[in-house]
Amino acid sequence: MTVVELSPFSMLVPLIASAVCALLPGRLWPWLLTFAAAAASAVIAAITLAAAMDGPLSYAFGNWEPPIGIEYRIDAANAFVALLVSAVAAVILPWAKTSVDQEVPERQGPFYALFLLAFAGLMGITLTGDAFNVFVFLEISSLATYALIAHGQDRRALLAAFRYLIMGTVGATFLLIGIGFLYMMTGTLNMVDLAQRLPELRDTATVEVALAFIVVGMGLKLALLPLHLWLPNAYTYAPSFISVFLAATATKVALYVLLRFTFTVFAPDYSFVALPLAVVLMALAIAGMVVGSWVAIYQANIKRMLAYSSVAQVGYMVLGVSLVSVTGLTAALLHMFNHALMKAALFMALGTIAYQVGSVRIEAFRGLGKRMPWTLTAFALAGVSLIGLPPTAGFISKWYLISAAVESGHAWLVALIVITSMMALIYIWRVLEAAWFRQPAEDAPAVTEAPLRLLIPVWVLVAANFYFGIDTRLNVGAATAAAEALMGGIPGGAP
Amino acid sequence: MEWLGHFNYWIVVVLMMIGFYGVIARGNMVKKILALNVFQTSVFILFISAGKIIGGSTPILREGVSAYSNPLPHVLILTAIVVGVATVAVGLALAIRIREAYGSIEDDRIAAQEADEENRQSEPSR
Repeated sequence: MTVVELSPFSMLVPLIASAVCALLPGRLWPWLLTFAAAAASAVIAAITLAAAMDGPLSYAFGNWEPPIGIEYRIDAANAFVALLVSAVAAVILPWAKTSVDQEVPERQGPFYALFLLAFAGLMGITLTGDAFNVFVFLEISSLATYALIAHGQDRRALLAAFRYLIMGTVGATFLLIGIGFLYMMTGTLNMVDLAQRLPELRDTATVEVALAFIVVGMGLKLALLPLHLWLPNAYTYAPSFISVFLAATATKVALYVLLRFTFTVFAPDYSFVALPLAVVLMALAIAGMVVGSWVAIYQANIKRMLAYSSVAQVGYMVLGVSLVSVTGLTAALLHMFNHALMKAALFMALGTIAYQVGSVRIEAFRGLGKRMPWTLTAFALAGVSLIGLPPTAGFISKWYLISAAVESGHAWLVALIVITSMMALIYIWRVLEAAWFRQPAEDAPAVTEAPLRLLIPVWVLVAANFYFGIDTRLNVGAATAAAEALMGGIPGGAP
Repeated sequence: MEWLGHFNYWIVVVLMMIGFYGVIARGNMVKKILALNVFQTSVFILFISAGKIIGGSTPILREGVSAYSNPLPHVLILTAIVVGVATVAVGLALAIRIREAYGSIEDDRIAAQEADEENRQSEPSR
């Protein structure tokens, strides 16, 4: 079996496992199968990335030659995102077992089956080279995600899931309209084929409208500011495990789709010229950074605070994209990776607190620093990465973002990035202040440190935040290769 | 009468706007789901219309026919219809659960309940 034949299995393994998982009884077997599937998927994705760094891989499903058949086309960019998604899933699952046992005590078979479906959907979106396939996988992962969010213990989880369903479906339908227009104009759905045929049609209104629909549709999924309204509640009321997974992966995959369409299908010299996309994206990114950070400062529910912080962090990524340069894209992709590390660590530390304390409101944090020192220290260190201080991964991505801003002549953006980082410092500090400098309320229940089976995965991710801040060969190397693949137009040059 | 020739597309636009308006303006969750379905259906018609070739026959290979309508949009939309049905099913299932939890599926009543709850939650702590 060659690497090319192996590559689609990083999507197929979780997809097939989910059907089996739905039938498994009890608590151990569904989790074990899910973990095995995620780990296998991550290993395959790692092998695929290593091979894709040398040039794009193309796998034709059912041996139907592209562009007629559905093609999986894997270059450095999507192999990078696929590895990110599957590695996050594999790392958080050992932690998830304990948390899910508490928060979703019954019918775990279907619960993990839904998780595997959402995971397989995200992998499918990432790996496919077919525009319509993107829509189908997007809906597979979204529908599973709505059901997963509704598993939250609070009844508001249902409302959050419902609102996400409405907005998510509108977003996906917008993407479908855009793809429909592209198909009408070109008669093909294969991305490489689209990229070759679109330049002749670049002056038509239909193609412009298609681009606009796709950008707005993916903006909804990406939670770019004015379209972010579904995100805070969805992250806040979902089960802790699902919050971790969504925060670390879902918006990243949406950003990848946006990049794939604006840079590969429409060449960047079209998509950022025909529409004032660079200006619009930059304005929305800045608004997201400022508003997201600002609102986060005032949240009493810390999970919601981190959710608003995610809106701000999406702003950083989109800001990198809006600079339309290799450095800017590298910064965006790098922040995609690093943000997954830091937000997964933060949400996991928070989920650990939810497991031990039963609340994630700021009042519950009073005096927690002495009672759960390991968990709170992990939260603090991951927070340092979120703020972007050296030697953490967060510093590396901000460094690249600042260099990209200076390089493209927007030096004023540096001040903005520093200011919003200060705002991150404020909202992380609020939590730490409550944890270490406040006395616990007198009626507060006795709390002890979390068990090791929760702490070890959290600390693995915290360590990763520092590792990727010091040894940047893997993340910067892959992000640079991915950015070059995207800027190069047709992935990796001619097939 | 050029615009009559684009009759399908006018229907698409009208349905799309009706559906989109319903999604935004209606507070009842079942009505929201139905409006969402109308919105999606308009896109299905858009795709199907694009597959029609004037003078084209049904896409079954036979003698004496040279122009065929394009069957691919139909296949794509078959998938999209399945997705749409699944979305409606999940949406209605959520609406049932919301009704069990709140006793209502009207947005404004649920928002009022939520506001009450939020006040109660933040009072004792301050």
